[in-house]
Amino acid sequence: MSLTPEKAKAYWRENLGIISVYMVIWFVASYGFGILFVEQLDSIHFFGFPLGFWFAQQGSIFIFVILIWAYVYSMNKLDEKYDVHE
Amino acid sequence: MSLDLLTYLFIGGSFALYIGIAIWARAGSTKEFYVAGGGVHPIANGMATAADWMSAASFISLAGIISFVGRDGSAYLMGWTGGYVLLAMLLAPYLRKFGKFTVPDFVGDRYYSSTARMIAVLCTIVISFTYVAGQMRGVGIVFSRYLHVDVNTGVLIGMAIVFFYAVLGGMKGITYTQVAQYCVLILAFTVPAFFLSAQITGHFLPQTGLGATLSNGQSVLATLDQLSVDLGFKAYTDGSKSTIDMVFFTIALMAGTAGLPHVIVRFFTVPRVKDARTSAGWALIFIAILYTSIPGVAGFGRVNLINTINGADNTGTAYAEMPSWFKNWENSGLIGWYDHNGDGKVQYAAGNAFEGGKPAFTEGTGEQGQRMVSNPALAPAPVNAAPFANEVYVDRDIMVLANPEIANLPAWVIALVAAGAVAAALSTAAGLLLVISTAIAHDMMKKTINPNITDKQELMYARIAAIVAICIAGYFGINPPGFVAQVVALAFGLACASVFPVIVMGIFSKRMNTEGAVTGMLVGLVTTMAYIIYFKFMGGSADQYLFGISPEGFGTVGMILNFASAYIVASMTPAPSDEIQRIVEDIRIPRGAGSAHAH
Repeated sequence: MSLTPEKAKAYWRENLGIISVYMVIWFVASYGFGILFVEQLDSIHFFGFPLGFWFAQQGSIFIFVILIWAYVYSMNKLDEKYDVHE
Repeated sequence: MSLDLLTYLFIGGSFALYIGIAIWARAGSTKEFYVAGGGVHPIANGMATAADWMSAASFISLAGIISFVGRDGSAYLMGWTGGYVLLAMLLAPYLRKFGKFTVPDFVGDRYYSSTARMIAVLCTIVISFTYVAGQMRGVGIVFSRYLHVDVNTGVLIGMAIVFFYAVLGGMKGITYTQVAQYCVLILAFTVPAFFLSAQITGHFLPQTGLGATLSNGQSVLATLDQLSVDLGFKAYTDGSKSTIDMVFFTIALMAGTAGLPHVIVRFFTVPRVKDARTSAGWALIFIAILYTSIPGVAGFGRVNLINTINGADNTGTAYAEMPSWFKNWENSGLIGWYDHNGDGKVQYAAGNAFEGGKPAFTEGTGEQGQRMVSNPALAPAPVNAAPFANEVYVDRDIMVLANPEIANLPAWVIALVAAGAVAAALSTAAGLLLVISTAIAHDMMKKTINPNITDKQELMYARIAAIVAICIAGYFGINPPGFVAQVVALAFGLACASVFPVIVMGIFSKRMNTEGAVTGMLVGLVTTMAYIIYFKFMGGSADQYLFGISPEGFGTVGMILNFASAYIVASMTPAPSDEIQRIVEDIRIPRGAGSAHAH
């Protein structure tokens, strides 16, 4: 491995940054929309669903799928930027 | 063709397929046995992970639970999928880079301690056994209902099949069998879901069908709310759990999912770190296809059930006119009826029809031909606004299996559902048995007791351990402990409070040392187990809950205590050696993963 300790540190910091951003979205989509703010969201109707109920039973799952693929994309780009891809 | 013949054909055909794959993918080395040689394509691994993960609980029970509890069931839907986000971002790529066979391997090496390794082995075995007992039971239910064999014979047949491909093929055989099992189970779940949705709402997809408008001008959910309230239940879209309990329970399910050894180990089987991330993405897509169909299936099933039992005029249906599924499931002991008001009609509403909830059947039949029970509820009264007292017990577990019959779908759909339920149970059982045998042969025999055994001997130990594990699992399937439902909470609680935090700290903290990790694991384990045992087995009541957190959600508290105590102890004891710190730096960089190896 030709990675210098400074570059390795920078790579790890950027990685942690990416994880933090996605974890916030993960938290808001599930715990925020699905549990904490359901009462407010339930008053909004979305294709026949109370919106909070939809997030709790379907919407959060769709967002999880998108999140993992966005993470895969971001990390592949980061790996190439630091030349640590395989 | 009759339903029986079709069911034999579907289940028999799927078994022949699994055995064929097992023979084609025999394992020759420990590496093939433990991690399938490390060369599985991410899409194949994603399907195998999905089949591994979606057990009899996901396939048979989850829609049933949501059907009966409505909103509160969301915790399972979010928890059992959101865990994959944690897995993909916090665990899978780094564990793949670490490149060993098992979870105890990582814990033992990262914390340079055989004590830590043995605690991890213990957690792995307890978690996996509690899980496997439920799977064998699921197989037994399907066999007894559809093939008219004894539940015990059903369990034995299931054991024989798993034995064949798990012992022979190891991880390699299991992986490719699971790909086939995923295809069977996803077809078996979605085909009836499409039928149900189209029949009730005119929408092909159950995902949108649940919001569709019915002929009464209301959406399915609004109709369900109305029906539920009219019969004395709480509205379907209203929750009954407190917000804090919902949050803690959902976190426990998510972190528990990410900490389950049989799920983690799947990410050791792919060639590169990049593939570990991609596999998690594929796995969640394959899981989401089933999970997003579940709310629809649950909702349509409940509407159908209420309308079929209470009839169009909402006064009940005469027992003599009940469709055959009602009597079939009554014969299996999962439906019970007692004619409280003596009008010969079956009526369904809120409240217990039987003392203690479940019917206790006795010999003989009543004048309508119904099975006799010894524990009818004394003086049952209508609950809330319900027009009558409840007279039936419907086990939640039959919802998915009975749905196609309740909706009068063609016989081949019913046969397909039976084959799918068996595939879901067997695929998970096989993955769990492999984890148990690996923990015993690799982590206990090779790494702790006798490091000098050869690859061949280790493989032999692994196969013997798999055989013993199958026999124990079969025993639990035939003599199910009454506490299966309770121990599942224990499995998730343990994974959440012990396995998940110890791995996360091992990757994200270079400073974490043996003392901290061992303390954290023990604190997490002991507090979580004590809380669950007190409330589940020693009769603690709900008003004693700490901050209103139910035992199912207490794993989250255990996890927080684990993190906190580990950091306090680690800060007071020496940092790990430079070599260990270098290992941690190394697992953070994807390049140079090579394949999983033993040393």
